[in-house]
Amino acid sequence: MPPFPTAARAALGDAQLRRNLAHATGTIRAKRAAVIDELEDWEGLRQRAARTKDETLAHLDEHLLTLEASLTARGATVHWARDAADACRVVADVARAHGIRDVVKVKSMATQEIQLNETLAEQGISAWETDLAELIVQLGDDLPSHILVPAIHRNRTEIRDIFRDRMGAVGRAAPDGLTDDPAVLAGAARLHLREKFLSTRMAVSGANFAVADTGTLVVVESEGNGRMCLTLPEVLVSVVGIEKVVPTWSDLESFLTLLPRSSTGERMNPYTSTWSGVAPGDGPQEVHVVLLDNGRTKALADDFARQALRCIRCSACLNVCPVYERVGGHTYGSVYPGPIGAILNPLLKGVGQDPATDALPYASTLCGACGDVCPVAIDIPGILVHLRGKVVDAHRGDGLPKAEAVAMKAAAWGLGSAARLGLGERLLGAAAGLWRGSRAGTTRPVITRLPWPGSHWTRARDLPVPPRESFRAWWRRTGRDGGAS
Amino acid sequence: MSAREEVLAAVRSALHPAASSPAPVASPPPVPSVPGPDQAPGEEVVALFAGRVADYRAEVTRCGAAELAEVVSSIVADAHGVVVPPGLDLELPGATLDDDLTAAQLDGIEAVVTRASIGIAVTGTVVLDHGRGQGRRSVTLLPDLHVCIVDERQVVSDVGDALARLDPRRPQTWVSGPSATSDIELSRVEGVHGPRRLHVVLVGD
Ligand code: SF4
Repeated sequence: MPPFPTAARAALGDAQLRRNLAHATGTIRAKRAAVIDELEDWEGLRQRAARTKDETLAHLDEHLLTLEASLTARGATVHWARDAADACRVVADVARAHGIRDVVKVKSMATQEIQLNETLAEQGISAWETDLAELIVQLGDDLPSHILVPAIHRNRTEIRDIFRDRMGAVGRAAPDGLTDDPAVLAGAARLHLREKFLSTRMAVSGANFAVADTGTLVVVESEGNGRMCLTLPEVLVSVVGIEKVVPTWSDLESFLTLLPRSSTGERMNPYTSTWSGVAPGDGPQEVHVVLLDNGRTKALADDFARQALRCIRCSACLNVCPVYERVGGHTYGSVYPGPIGAILNPLLKGVGQDPATDALPYASTLCGACGDVCPVAIDIPGILVHLRGKVVDAHRGDGLPKAEAVAMKAAAWGLGSAARLGLGERLLGAAAGLWRGSRAGTTRPVITRLPWPGSHWTRARDLPVPPRESFRAWWRRTGRDGGAS
Repeated sequence: MSAREEVLAAVRSALHPAASSPAPVASPPPVPSVPGPDQAPGEEVVALFAGRVADYRAEVTRCGAAELAEVVSSIVADAHGVVVPPGLDLELPGATLDDDLTAAQLDGIEAVVTRASIGIAVTGTVVLDHGRGQGRRSVTLLPDLHVCIVDERQVVSDVGDALARLDPRRPQTWVSGPSATSDIELSRVEGVHGPRRLHVVLVGD
């Protein structure tokens, strides 16, 4: 993926994407506000959840050991994974031990993060996404663009075409005469996937929460594909980030109240499944849990930014973010988009290593909406600023000054003297004709590319075409006349 | 070092950069005991539950214990096949008992009738802990219509009360309305995978 500024420039030109996103985020925002108003003490609940997570993180090693012990006592096999390679290896090994070449999957950020599907594919194991949106994304050879509605960038006609052209190659084909009515499309997905659920012997899931003292995993979902995967196959492997642990069963109260309301704006999501190891005679009789680090301990080591690990992946921060609403999820170049992505990716990967990650803490207006909306009260704007500092520190001594510094210095010089400003205005007005362009979806003329060093600015932004006459020139011409009359 | 030791060491050095803290010995903690039912909820709570379930586009019927069999029979009257779990304690002529049916067999049956473990008023949720009369998890998943019988005395006020009564050792399914998706242009469609219809029968007396 190109770094955020470059990707954002392309995304901003996509009017369909922006319309879909504005509609989606607006709808969810309104629903969320309504169900939150129903509760007496949202703020208290939020603080309680934040405290629970903080206390858990402060003793994470102990809670993980407790979780391991209770899971083992309930018949599950616990594995530990330092990184993506470890985790993928565990899943592949379990599949191979049973001679399994197809697995069904519940949508999970952790498995996307470790690129499980791609890694399994290299080893001849097919992983089938079963969430409707993920199915659309997978059949379309595409990437998810929103934590919650991953195919929000596709419209119904595109989805119809994807189903018609691709389903048959990987299982039950779409029925003839498929229309683009959402209910018809969902019906086609139901039949296509039902065949997979009934025939596949192994499933892979994530977990929203892992309760340490009871060894209970919790998966929250809407469609029922989660329930299918969690109960029909013989073997179940769940990949769980180590930050998902909560100490006790009763701690779930605040999270199960906060999550659905913040996420889809519902009082409760249609299905929540909980299971503690193996349930004799019901569901998979072989249960594995992979406890995944993959950078989480790096985030944990940052005393201030550690709070990002409280995140319960509700996606509320995406839905209020003015930057996300305009550029969409792909731009962030990661499975974690939006404000949480802008802090989590640099925390998991570390700053100063690749430009795409280092650009993310700047992908924000710092308006603060994400921090206000977050159900576990993560200070996202504070962490963005904190990480900007770290990015700058990591680049001290690089030799070349950052583009922003050059641009700001140039601006200070230009604005610092009336004569230079006047000169600049005249030059810009005259030269505008040379650089003039326009972007798809707008009629307003814009400058899409300035010569260096202005190119740093226009790499990610359009500039409105300046008027042919500057304000100062206009004032000299008309202001004097007006004053004389 | 094994992955386990390395992850734990990384956690500890992140938390205590200076000290090298010893590993506490973990044994499985005792599972909390689950309190029995309190007294029956007031009509206000029961009505709230009924209203909130209906908000999800689920169907809700209230009836007395004496009418239950008749009410349930009429709900499933048109279904192509009805399956019931062991221990339902309800006369339903023509229903198939789930006697370890295969997933494919369950897939061919249109309706299922079960009881629940708890109803949560504030969220309009029915919780199944898959004990007697509630069936295995797949029984309430594959048929297209789920008729769920909830006794008024099983209704609790909110999520906290529910958690206090439920035994975490049992697998649980919390159901709030029928299966739903809004993945295609945010239009809500019922039932991509789970039952497309949920009918809650709330029994009083
Ligand atoms: S950071 Fe907060 S608002 Fe954003 S997804 Fe995580 S929990 Fe939700």
